[in-house]
Amino acid sequence: MFDLLILVAVILGLIAIAKVIQVLELANNVKGTSSYIVSEKDNRTQARLMPVFLISYFAFIIWQVVKWGDEMLPVSASEHGVVIDQLMNITWMIIIPVFILTHIALFYFAWKYAYDKNRKAQFYAHNSKLEMLWTSIPALVLLILILYGLSVWGDVMAPLTEEDDPIEIELYSRQFDWTARYPGEDGVFGKSDVRLIAGVNMLGLDSTDENAWDDKYVKAEFHIPVNRSVQFYFRSQDVIHSAYMPHFRAQMNCVPGMITQFNFKPTITTAEMREITGNPEFAYYLLCNKVCGAAHYNMKMEIIVESEEDYNNWMNEQKEFMEYGKYSFSNEKNDINKEVLAKSTEAETKNSAL
Amino acid sequence: MSGAAHHHQDNDFLFKYIFSTDHKMISKQFFITGSFMGLIGMFMSTIFRLQLGFPGESFPFLESFMGNWAPDGILSPDKYLALVTMHGTIMVFFLLTAGLSGTFSNLLIPLQIGARDMASGFLNMLSYWFFFISSCIMIASIFVEGGPASGGWTIYPPLSALPQAIPGSGFGMTLWIVSMALFIVSSLLGSLNYIVTVFNLRTKGMSMTRLPLTIWAFLTTAVIGVLSFPVLFAAVLLLFFDRSLGTSFYLSDIYIAGSALEVDGGSPILFEHLFWFLGHPEVYIILLPSLGITSEVVATSSRKPIFGYRAMIGSILAIAFISFLVWGHHMFVTGMNPFLGAVFTFTTLLVAIPSAVKVFNYLTTLWKGNIKFTPAMLFAIGLVSTFITGGLTGIILGDSTLDINVHDTYFVVGHFHIVMGLSGAFGMFCGIYHWFPKMYGRMLNKNMGYAHFWLTLISSYGIFFPMHFLGLAGLPRRYYSNTEFPMFDNLYDLNEIVTWFAILAAFAQVLFLFNVLYSMFKGPKAPQNPWDSNTLEWTTPVEHIHGNWPGEIPEVHRWPYDYSKVDENGDYIGGADFIPQTVPLGENERDEGH
Ligand code: HEM
Ligand SMILES: [Cu+2]
Ligand SMILES: [Cu+2]
Repeated sequence: MFDLLILVAVILGLIAIAKVIQVLELANNVKGTSSYIVSEKDNRTQARLMPVFLISYFAFIIWQVVKWGDEMLPVSASEHGVVIDQLMNITWMIIIPVFILTHIALFYFAWKYAYDKNRKAQFYAHNSKLEMLWTSIPALVLLILILYGLSVWGDVMAPLTEEDDPIEIELYSRQFDWTARYPGEDGVFGKSDVRLIAGVNMLGLDSTDENAWDDKYVKAEFHIPVNRSVQFYFRSQDVIHSAYMPHFRAQMNCVPGMITQFNFKPTITTAEMREITGNPEFAYYLLCNKVCGAAHYNMKMEIIVESEEDYNNWMNEQKEFMEYGKYSFSNEKNDINKEVLAKSTEAETKNSAL
Repeated sequence: MSGAAHHHQDNDFLFKYIFSTDHKMISKQFFITGSFMGLIGMFMSTIFRLQLGFPGESFPFLESFMGNWAPDGILSPDKYLALVTMHGTIMVFFLLTAGLSGTFSNLLIPLQIGARDMASGFLNMLSYWFFFISSCIMIASIFVEGGPASGGWTIYPPLSALPQAIPGSGFGMTLWIVSMALFIVSSLLGSLNYIVTVFNLRTKGMSMTRLPLTIWAFLTTAVIGVLSFPVLFAAVLLLFFDRSLGTSFYLSDIYIAGSALEVDGGSPILFEHLFWFLGHPEVYIILLPSLGITSEVVATSSRKPIFGYRAMIGSILAIAFISFLVWGHHMFVTGMNPFLGAVFTFTTLLVAIPSAVKVFNYLTTLWKGNIKFTPAMLFAIGLVSTFITGGLTGIILGDSTLDINVHDTYFVVGHFHIVMGLSGAFGMFCGIYHWFPKMYGRMLNKNMGYAHFWLTLISSYGIFFPMHFLGLAGLPRRYYSNTEFPMFDNLYDLNEIVTWFAILAAFAQVLFLFNVLYSMFKGPKAPQNPWDSNTLEWTTPVEHIHGNWPGEIPEVHRWPYDYSKVDENGDYIGGADFIPQTVPLGENERDEGH
């Protein structure tokens, strides 16, 4: 009923406005002005609004920079991220002047050349030299940006070598959480298959594969040592997710049916970053950055960067895959393992280190 | 066109207003349907902006009309995604593809090239009706069980393929696919018609280099559509098979809702490639008509020829060509081979060159002009501003290295809304203000036009500029709220500001709507040539007639941009600051287009 009243009020309001406009139009007719022909006065007013808008627009942007600049991501916490940030800054240094100059030209011309019946517009249809100039200058600048960008790209995406001595982590995504898997002592990830997922074996590790026995997997947070390269592998069990670690300038999609990769070397520990940002609660996060369902906005994992020593201590506390429950893994048949694993109860999952 | 058949139709309401084959009527049909869809899309954006600006706050009125989508007045997370998806789909396809091209290609192609109608009036009518049915189905999908498609307008599988993944991937998604299939048919019928008409039905003297830039833009847009929409058709067809027939083109190794699926060997990446092969050119399907419309309006209102007519045509063609080579820039972080990423970076940044040429040509056209600030001209100026602002951030996103950290964040949302959403919308507004007299024979109210422009411009930047900052702070797009991460806690105010501007923007559009509806019926009668323009459409009678010109179709003698052309003494040739295309060249006059 109330809604209906509002509707009626809106309709009456619109009718009222229509009547007012009609009256104004009649008045215009009497005065000899018109509600649609652009008058000299209109041209003057609109022309004046041009520089006003330009200045307000710039002021609005500056206000945002001043007010929100501090909320932008802090310095890059990874080695390659510093180079990306440099590239970003240089790109800004090219973009911003172009933005400012073209906007000044646009609104200045609009203001300056407003209609004047005593003046004639200049018939100026083309000028090949000018056009060549502003084709070739952008082309040149872009060429430099492209070459610079691609050289950084090559470095960032380059695979790690033996010498880098990376630690390896598999980030495993599903609706709506992350699991990080470490290969364990043997340094080799065990085989896995979604068809083996059951109970506590949430990654579908193949228990017939000895390499899997000492694999460790964790939820909610994962740790990495500072100043050591990390080789990430990404997998997904259901839909596409994206592993986004903005503080490290790192992102890679997790695509069901394939394994994707990215690597970086963290250079700032969580503790150090707390000092840099002056925020004692600061935390690095892994976010999901590809829409994956209702709780997409809440699919996260904390990343803790610490000294190699702390990292090793933490690692030693984590359970190996084999330790989940009292099951002994036979090498014979997967089906049996699957059954055994499936028996693990919910409660156990909660009690475990996860 | 057989005259007899048309006389019969004139008397028949049904055939005049509903099953019309007259391009002017079809144009209006597209305009009304497209705008209606646009209003819905905008309304959805205000609702989900409420959630983003005031996360978790209860707005009881939401529950009163959305029911269990907003229990206790708080939009639910999966329905948030449903609204975002519908908003994106409607804005991109229904408003700015069909609404924009459907309205202006239909209206202007025959009128500006001097043709009595489209090559095939019947196919043209079919094109509209496919669009209409497609719109109905898309709207209907909102009301089905589970809600409409919710995986984003890009409908990536497996999210869109598996009903277990999100409620919207059930029947709602099926309807999305059906609706888009019909939409594609509509688009192809329209585009083929536009292409054939431009190539075959130009009046005497109307050579390709005497075409207004609008026509060049519409023609190129139609070609892009014909080449890219079938690929989307293939993509959604395979998706349909995966969903309904148990194939696995896009699916492999999936465990969801407690069981492993019997799917193997497919890849969602295949879908992404197919989708973006349309998806990127789609951006130019939206942008080019707007650029064409504003080129025309900037020249007319500056009382000056468009600067670098040939360069403008060249850059339209260059943009169209390059747009087919850049789709991979949406996939830099999908694990594609870094070499491929490098190639896509290269091609993507190339687009900036013809775009820059366009901007400089616009600026030079304004320079030493004699500018009449019609509302259409204001929107054209606005478009130049949004095209620059949004285009420049594209240089960041197109660079694979920089994209790593801003991909899929609000930086992207800011970028594409400004360069595509705003430029597209401003182009459409510009066109409506300029050609409303031709469409409805009446004038729009200019003061409401001025108010509409300034409110829209201010609120647009108020909405979309701050999004760059949100993105640089690392906030991902398609997030229901940013309350779950302490790192975003200080961004609340910024999000609230954006929402207030979104509400202002919505009110501004009500003003526009009102102006259009009011003027359609009550506006003052339009004069023959309200903007002192050179192009052919202003030689047709104000009251629409079949076949457009009562007698012979006029012959064309010059390019369309002879504004303020003077002789040796500095006097206007022809006595006024414009010389219509139908006026023969004088003795010592040169045709500038050639
Ligand atoms: C009233 C003006 C508008 C507002 C306030 C608005 C707001 C938004 C916001 C906030 C999002 C991101 C939501 C999220 O990622 O969670 C979005 C998405 C989107 N908008 Fe708009 N928008 C408006 C107009 C337009 C226009 C004119 C277009 C035309 C191109 C458009 C196209 C899109 C698209 C394609 C998406 C992406 C949808 C997706 O993620 O699947 N919007 N809009
Ligand atoms: Cu996710
Ligand atoms: Cu693109």
